[in-house]
Amino acid sequence: MYRSNVLVCGGTGCTSSNSEEIITRLKKEIAAHGLEKEVNVIRTGCFGLCALGPIMVVYPEGSFYSRVTPDDVPEIVEEHLLKGRIVKRLLYQETIVNDSTIRSLNDTPFYAKQNRVALRNCGVINPENIEEYIAEDGYSALGKVLTEMTPEQVIEEVKASGLRGRGGAGFPTGLKWSFAAKNQADQKYVCCNADEGDPGAFMDRSILEGDPHSVLEAMAIACYAIGASQGYIYVRAEYPIAVKRLQIAINQAREYGLLGKNIFDTGFNFDIDLRLGAGAFVCGEETALMTSIEGKRGEPRPRPPFPALKGLFQKPTILNNVETYANIAQIILKGADWFASMGTEKSKGTKVFALGGKIKHTGLVEVPMGTTLREIVDEIGGGVPDGHTFKAAQTGGPSGGCIPASELDIPIDYDNLLSIGAMMGSGGLIVMDDTTCMVDIARFFLEFTVDESCGKCTPCRVGTRRLLEILKKITSGNGTMEDLDRLEELCYYLKENSLCALGQTAPNPVLSTLHYFRDEYIAHVKDHRCPAGVCKALTNYYIQPDKCRGCTLCARNCPVGAISGKVKEPHVIDTQKCIKCGACMEKCKFGAIVKR
Amino acid sequence: MKSLEELQAIRDKARRGVSLRGQNDNAVRVLVGMATCGIAAGARPVLNAIVEEVAKRNLQNVIVTQTGCIGICQFEPVVEVVSPQGEKVTYVKMTPEKALRVVNDHLVNGNVVTEYTIGANSN
Repeated sequence: MYRSNVLVCGGTGCTSSNSEEIITRLKKEIAAHGLEKEVNVIRTGCFGLCALGPIMVVYPEGSFYSRVTPDDVPEIVEEHLLKGRIVKRLLYQETIVNDSTIRSLNDTPFYAKQNRVALRNCGVINPENIEEYIAEDGYSALGKVLTEMTPEQVIEEVKASGLRGRGGAGFPTGLKWSFAAKNQADQKYVCCNADEGDPGAFMDRSILEGDPHSVLEAMAIACYAIGASQGYIYVRAEYPIAVKRLQIAINQAREYGLLGKNIFDTGFNFDIDLRLGAGAFVCGEETALMTSIEGKRGEPRPRPPFPALKGLFQKPTILNNVETYANIAQIILKGADWFASMGTEKSKGTKVFALGGKIKHTGLVEVPMGTTLREIVDEIGGGVPDGHTFKAAQTGGPSGGCIPASELDIPIDYDNLLSIGAMMGSGGLIVMDDTTCMVDIARFFLEFTVDESCGKCTPCRVGTRRLLEILKKITSGNGTMEDLDRLEELCYYLKENSLCALGQTAPNPVLSTLHYFRDEYIAHVKDHRCPAGVCKALTNYYIQPDKCRGCTLCARNCPVGAISGKVKEPHVIDTQKCIKCGACMEKCKFGAIVKR
Repeated sequence: MKSLEELQAIRDKARRGVSLRGQNDNAVRVLVGMATCGIAAGARPVLNAIVEEVAKRNLQNVIVTQTGCIGICQFEPVVEVVSPQGEKVTYVKMTPEKALRVVNDHLVNGNVVTEYTIGANSN
């Protein structure tokens, strides 16, 4: 029996900031003090507060250490684990009240407003140990479903919960299952979409890394509900940690007889295999994903027939997103009413958001549907750092739109986001401040969709490229007012005529920025000015003569020799030579250089 | 996996391992002084004895944790038992054997072992 558990985050964020070495050092130090039998070191999934990684939590005290380095480890072992003295200098500052008493992590602003359902085990259990998942009631839902419920009852329960697809479109999950259950076939399939491709989104990765069994269990339940016997998880190869933990989880579940033949002695057979995606964004689209599992080039096909009728290998198939599955076991165990008690009228439960961009607490948060964007950005996320002001939040990645400051107070759910021209998407939430150019953002997302368009249908293949060309024309200062109209017209054309959701939603970043930030577009076109100072072609650097002391620092740092002037006399920038790298502005100690 | 009972058995066994984690405001807290003075006086075996005994008896709502020096070094090893209401009993000059009795009498049966408390030992 261990007297102390040390949890070290093994999510991708913390792993890339060296949590592996922390674990190695920790084990070495613990052994050196002869504490191996007393202290258990556990590598967990993501805690959500990625901005403060690497993260370490020591129980039973519940001390939350942030930004731990391998060199801090000896002190933690000697002071905390050996002598019981908490190392206050490493504690997450929000957990310290009045510099003396230490409050629970769950009372800090970042966690207080969260309600963790899909992420309930992330940062709590060891994802590579099935017994820890079982200790948290894991696989009880599968046991309950197989021994006490009929497939129809399972589907009814999921329907009653009001759960909607967390991949972005928000289709009711129970309804999807009932379609597949109705279609008769000798073989049906259950698939999991873990091809998370939106820039800035990492909810699914964190669930797979922190709680892989929750997905396996839910897939088994889905399988029982629709009468399938084989499942596939389509996960991108760029997620090596998630792939590894999924494979360990599948192996362990087979070992414990929770996958395979005759599960719970009920005659129910189910197995899961992994399929690795090569990183094409379009493979997150359901028909392209299934084509890819079949071993073909990942391209979408027209619907209908919908996958519930003809999906993988032409058999009835359901495809759900990772986060959707992560809710299923809890719905079965706690009941549809419990789930439906959270959220808004048409969007039930909670939603995980990956907070990124210009925000203090970058990380992963799970809040009930209907929480306002202001609460997420200001209260949980800690607001925009460095004295800048909030300009917009981008949801849904390249398929979504920008939400301006004026809409900060709308309760977030599927329908509200659609009504203001954005979409839920998979849950990426990128915060932008006053140094972000909205035209440039639209250009960035279009560049992404141009790269990722599979090329099968013309509206998307050619349309996205033409959109990008117009946007580049505007950001380089050569745009006309007619371009804005053409841009908008082409957007609607793409929406109407593209084959799959990739092309249909690709214009969203353009349309929403045109709608809410048209003045910025006009400033680029009419005044040849980029208000945020981002678009290089429209921005010049100048030295204010009254502030310049002639210290020559800027001239010495200019990589192209564009700055001239005598010592102790105001300097001048040659705008013809200047490449607008900003090095001079960074170096100037007197704030004499301005961008306009 | 052949039955729900089998799953239940694994769950109960595994739960003890993860029970340290998480919040419990209704728990009795057992604090063992583990500063240099406590360790020198033999607090480690005392702490381990308590952890083992609590696990063996499968006591719920008991959190065993270590703490620093509380300033009565001549009485180490010191063990404090704090009830959810905040009442504190301080046991001094503990040994693993005495610790087992504290678990049995105090934590299980609710009877303070008066003879080990600081009040009985300070004269």
